[in-house]
Amino acid sequence: MSLFQPTAIDFEPLARQEKTEQITRPSLSYWQDAWVRLKKNTRAIISLGIIILLGVFTLIGPLLWAVNPALQNLNQVSQAPAWAKSAIVIAPYQSWDGIQLDHYTSPDQAASTLPAPTGFSTADTPTTQSVRLSWDPVPGADGYNVYRNNRAPRDFNDLGLPLGSTYGDELSYEDRLSLEPREYYYSLVPTDGYDEYEVYSQITLTPALALTPDEAVERGLITDPYDVNIGDSLTIEFHPLGTDYLGRDMLARLMEGARVSLFIGIVAPFLFVLVGIIYGGFAGYFGGRVDGLLMRFAEFVVALPFLLFMILFKIAFGIGPGESGIMPMLLALVLLSWPSTARLVRGQVLQIREEGYIEAAKLLGAKDHYLVLRHIIPNTMGVILVTLTFAVPAAIFTEAFLSFIGMGVAPPTPSWGSMCNEGVKTMLSHPHELIFPAVLISITVLAFNLLGDGLTEALDSKMRSRD
Amino acid sequence: MLAYTLKRLFAGVITVWFIATATFIAMHQVPGDPLMNDKAVSAEIRANLEAKYGLDKPVTEQYFIFLNNMLHGDFGISFTQQNRKVNDIIRDHFPISATLGLLAIFFAATGGVLWGALTAIYRNRLPDIVIMFLVILGISVPSFVFAALGQLFLVNLNGLFGRSIIPVAGWGTIWHMLMPSLVLGLGTMALLTRLMRSSMLEVVNEDYIKTARAKGLSPTRIFFKHQLRNAILPVITVLGPQIAAITTGGFVVELVFAIPGLGRYFVQAVQQLDYTVIMGTTVFYGAFLVLMVIIVDILYGFIDPRVRLS
Repeated sequence: MSLFQPTAIDFEPLARQEKTEQITRPSLSYWQDAWVRLKKNTRAIISLGIIILLGVFTLIGPLLWAVNPALQNLNQVSQAPAWAKSAIVIAPYQSWDGIQLDHYTSPDQAASTLPAPTGFSTADTPTTQSVRLSWDPVPGADGYNVYRNNRAPRDFNDLGLPLGSTYGDELSYEDRLSLEPREYYYSLVPTDGYDEYEVYSQITLTPALALTPDEAVERGLITDPYDVNIGDSLTIEFHPLGTDYLGRDMLARLMEGARVSLFIGIVAPFLFVLVGIIYGGFAGYFGGRVDGLLMRFAEFVVALPFLLFMILFKIAFGIGPGESGIMPMLLALVLLSWPSTARLVRGQVLQIREEGYIEAAKLLGAKDHYLVLRHIIPNTMGVILVTLTFAVPAAIFTEAFLSFIGMGVAPPTPSWGSMCNEGVKTMLSHPHELIFPAVLISITVLAFNLLGDGLTEALDSKMRSRD
Repeated sequence: MLAYTLKRLFAGVITVWFIATATFIAMHQVPGDPLMNDKAVSAEIRANLEAKYGLDKPVTEQYFIFLNNMLHGDFGISFTQQNRKVNDIIRDHFPISATLGLLAIFFAATGGVLWGALTAIYRNRLPDIVIMFLVILGISVPSFVFAALGQLFLVNLNGLFGRSIIPVAGWGTIWHMLMPSLVLGLGTMALLTRLMRSSMLEVVNEDYIKTARAKGLSPTRIFFKHQLRNAILPVITVLGPQIAAITTGGFVVELVFAIPGLGRYFVQAVQQLDYTVIMGTTVFYGAFLVLMVIIVDILYGFIDPRVRLS
């Protein structure tokens, strides 16, 4: 082990390296830093993109898809989503005699079992005007029942809608019962005149969408019924997302509904957060008795049962005939929701008031308004922004909730919630009426929630020190 | 503890008074009145009706009569359902809403704690990712969509077996309650799962967990005795307000599943401007919620000794 032997070089002064002392990277402000953090969070950025897209959908969408959302069309009720659709032109309805056996005698005795009918087929091209069915006689049967189902029947007890019965000598049936251009499952069951035999045969067919020239004129597709020939095809009004139970265009209604839902969802939180900031900031800044009194009142408001009072306040502000009731709902939301923000801001202000930099600023002679504007408000902004982001989905939910139970916006104004309410009634037969608004609500709420999560992580100082 | 309880109860009474006053004021702001719904009546009959229901008195007097009746637990007689007492309506239908709500809370709390603990154990592994995805879904999808989907599921389930395994709507047996309460609790369950997860992850890094591990305690013992017990505290704190959210959130579920709960009567009463029913149910609900929050807070004191000491 040798001892350290200093030489002359060790006593030479080192060259001064000024560069090491310099900060080479530009310093980031609080918000720039938060933005950098947020950008790293893919989920939050995708959510932000979705929110921007929703904004475009709401604001610019109606300009591109200029269909009146309130226009009813009872010829096109509950149409499924479809792209360009055409209809064939057919002759006006002419009655059909059907197929009758000339020499028919009822069987003397009812057979115990029968074979399934044969030759069950269409007698004519099936259109939405009429579906004509015919079949071969089943020896021993004294009548037939015809059924129609929207889906493949599982078994004999699941044949669907009983359309009608025929006598033993009638070997045809004409279905004109609200036909839609969709797949139908027709079933034929032989009977002994009263009771059915447990056999059936089945065909599947899709009627073609058909219009008579007069109907086409009525719907404004052509002006003169002689413009078209039988067998031509006509392009009809098309609804990319289908229509609702009154034949109104779903896409236009979703855009209009987005206006209502997003308006309430964004404006209400802005307003009540603003009220909360002022109220909470006031209480926190003054402290003492004022604080105690103000916060006691806020606690009372928090204790009000939220939904009940939303409904009460909403009707208390009243809506006149023809009004949509958006404003009363907005007002009720603001009146009931501000205390949570107020509490939060107050807590923040109380905390910040004790910070060293406030003390320092005071020593340097900073005035009250300077302290509030320069230090207290900017430092609470992060928490407020996060609250705001989480308040948006809550407000959208509340609106949807109220509209769903029929206490929200008044018809005909659509909102996503009221559209869900209408859609849920025909959920099984026309699911698109429920799916589209429900998916839009979910996506919006999801996007705001994920953005809120991202913002919390980006702005939270506790998280900041962790990495 | 007793002083704390008494203080909380006193504050609760004041809160209920505030709720009653707010309801009264809101009610008297509503344009129109319940008598307007009837067919055109002559001025005399109308005056008689107003006298019968005490609507001819000045508003301040009505307010004090209302408060006095509330104090005696008398909510009056319904305007639209003839001679039916509001107390009877509440007695008949509130237990249904309460059962639904409590069952939902039970599902939400057990589910939330269970899933939350599970995700914390399997942090960033497959179970965590799957459950957290479902949680995000649970928070983002409105309850009426879940209600509709739940009903659809039951319809298909019953169709699959060819008979009614679980009833799709209505009320009566435990089987009726299952799906609605599950649907009702779903949102809260998602919320509690998130809370439980972050709380569990925070507790893992605490010193006492390290100490316990250093002492050589078994992982199961550490998990149940130290980690779970401490992590569950924040969940209990939010349970009080969540009970409030769930009981009123029951409106939609009651509507979809055709459950004869109090929510439906409230909505109906609002549509018909039935003063007494509206005021009665609101004040009753408010009092119930205030009581629930107080109970949860006191319960919290029993679980967390730190609260008891302060």
